[in-house]
Amino acid sequence: MESKGLMTKADKAEQVIVHIVLIFFSLCAILPFVLLISGSMTDDSTLTITGYKFWSPKWSFYAYEYLFVSNGENILRAIGISVFITVFGTGLSLLIAPMLAYALSRRDYNRAKILSFYVIFTILFNGGIVPAYMMWNNLFGIKNTIWALIFPNLVMNGFIITIMKNYFSQNIHPALIEAAKIDGASELMIYFRVILPLSQPILATIGLMVGLGYWNDWVNGLYYITDNKLYSLQVMLNSILMNAQALLTMGNASSVSMKLPSISIRMAIAVVGTVPIIILYPFFQKYFIKGIALGGVKE
Amino acid sequence: MAFAVLSATQMANIMQGAKKVEPAFGVTAIALLGLLIIIRAAHILYRNRVLNALDFMILPGALYLLINNYFPMFGLFIAFKNIDYRIGILRSPWCGFDNFKFLFRSVDAWLITKNTILYNTAFILVGNIIGIAVGICLATMLSKKFLKVYQTSILLPQLISYVIVAYIALAFLSNEAGFITKTFFSDKVVNFYTNKNFWPYFLVAVNTWKGLGYSSIIYMSSIISIDKNLYEASSLDGANKIQQLFHVTLPMLKSTIITLLIMQVGRIFYSDFGLFYQVPMNSGMLFEVTQTIDTYVYRMLTQLNRVGMASAAGFYQSIVGLIMVLGVNWIVRKLDPDNAMF
Repeated sequence: MESKGLMTKADKAEQVIVHIVLIFFSLCAILPFVLLISGSMTDDSTLTITGYKFWSPKWSFYAYEYLFVSNGENILRAIGISVFITVFGTGLSLLIAPMLAYALSRRDYNRAKILSFYVIFTILFNGGIVPAYMMWNNLFGIKNTIWALIFPNLVMNGFIITIMKNYFSQNIHPALIEAAKIDGASELMIYFRVILPLSQPILATIGLMVGLGYWNDWVNGLYYITDNKLYSLQVMLNSILMNAQALLTMGNASSVSMKLPSISIRMAIAVVGTVPIIILYPFFQKYFIKGIALGGVKE
Repeated sequence: MAFAVLSATQMANIMQGAKKVEPAFGVTAIALLGLLIIIRAAHILYRNRVLNALDFMILPGALYLLINNYFPMFGLFIAFKNIDYRIGILRSPWCGFDNFKFLFRSVDAWLITKNTILYNTAFILVGNIIGIAVGICLATMLSKKFLKVYQTSILLPQLISYVIVAYIALAFLSNEAGFITKTFFSDKVVNFYTNKNFWPYFLVAVNTWKGLGYSSIIYMSSIISIDKNLYEASSLDGANKIQQLFHVTLPMLKSTIITLLIMQVGRIFYSDFGLFYQVPMNSGMLFEVTQTIDTYVYRMLTQLNRVGMASAAGFYQSIVGLIMVLGVNWIVRKLDPDNAMF
């Protein structure tokens, strides 16, 4: 691009407009998070008078103290479950999904075509939640087990396989596989020793997408988990929110509010669910943007 | 082979015994034994070179798709059954199109179809227009440092779940401490969660807010790949920035826009369950403007326990959804074969 000295008046005006537009949308994106965080750090009785503010009128860390010190067991278990399903699920996904995608990308694999259709058809058509719900509940007895948070839907899908398959067929030259074969490597050895080390960027991108899916998932918990000892962080957040909902429509808020988490604690739990992502985000942003460019991150 | 036969007799024994124990246990035992038989058979086929190593590599993934995606497809038949949990799904009587008759005679069918399609149309229009505008701005940005800051911020909402989005919405709208409620309506009594007038706007805003990072980055990367010579040639011809925008950038973006539009139209019968369930907090007073096919299926299945209605609505969505995708793909193949999915 041009250096700054060569910028014409029109170029400068253009940059100013672009900055203004982008600052506006960046603020729109960030300010709600500020409201959430500041709300979680505001004194509860102040909140009922002033409401949530972008800058807290009276800072207080009582909500966090309550969450982690007085009532730490629940939230720590929920965090533990979230971490476990994220790590286990992502590991499982990276174990089986790239193998499928790699085999499909091989031009000399005689069943690649029909299997590609087998994968793509899952994108086009699905049985919907009702049969799936009955299958997982009645056939596999998954209700109220940790597997309910891991197996339904999240391990992999047709999009992920298609993206990886395209990556393998564009970036791995058949001659490489031929050479390894001539050296006497078995198919599994080729896959683990040659293909996987060459595919780290796509594995990172896919791992990130799947991991984010696990960390953020609350739908499986909503359908299959009723035992609150098995709540992941997001499922816990969901159940607290839905209990608060009963409160809001009842109108007479004050009489019931004692039993429910106070208004600042509500926001504090949401912050606990968000902060790990925000902290890790700078490290994985590169892969996240790559994932979007590949069309993998669903809207 | 002897091993396989042995397993079959064992399996029969286990199956007889399994009736007395928990059904989940019986299923697990049968599945494990079946697995052993399959492994043995596969080994024989591999030795005879009917199967090769790659067949084994696809196996875990293919099996997962079979269970997670294909089994439920076969389960679509329950829309034609009068499900009674006490006697089991298979033994429940067939009822023909009764579930569909109930569904389409109710006002719900029309309401959820209308909501799903109208919301998606609004999302597609608003989301893409703002996405293109922001994408153009990102691509025009000269400073790499600022570009990164803006990108990072705009993408942030994409990373969080709809539960967190619902909490953020609550921070703005809750009647006890919401920012908007307390700051702008402090003297009046407003309860956003029971007043349906605002919700169409809220939902479009939330959806745009969450999806902007995604669409703007897609548009940005497609603008960056436009040939720079086109801009130089046009500026030699005396075109100013605005003329370049309308006569170079937008025409060059056309194929990206069309591709994205088509993919979104193909999914117009599906709605984001999280957005419509979480953000209005499943509030009953808002159903008229927030109920879509997906939330309706959920409510019928788990809250009102009307499996028939849920499965009929799910069937309706699956079939019309498939027709939409196929139809859209057919149109793409006519217009621009490169962008067709298959």
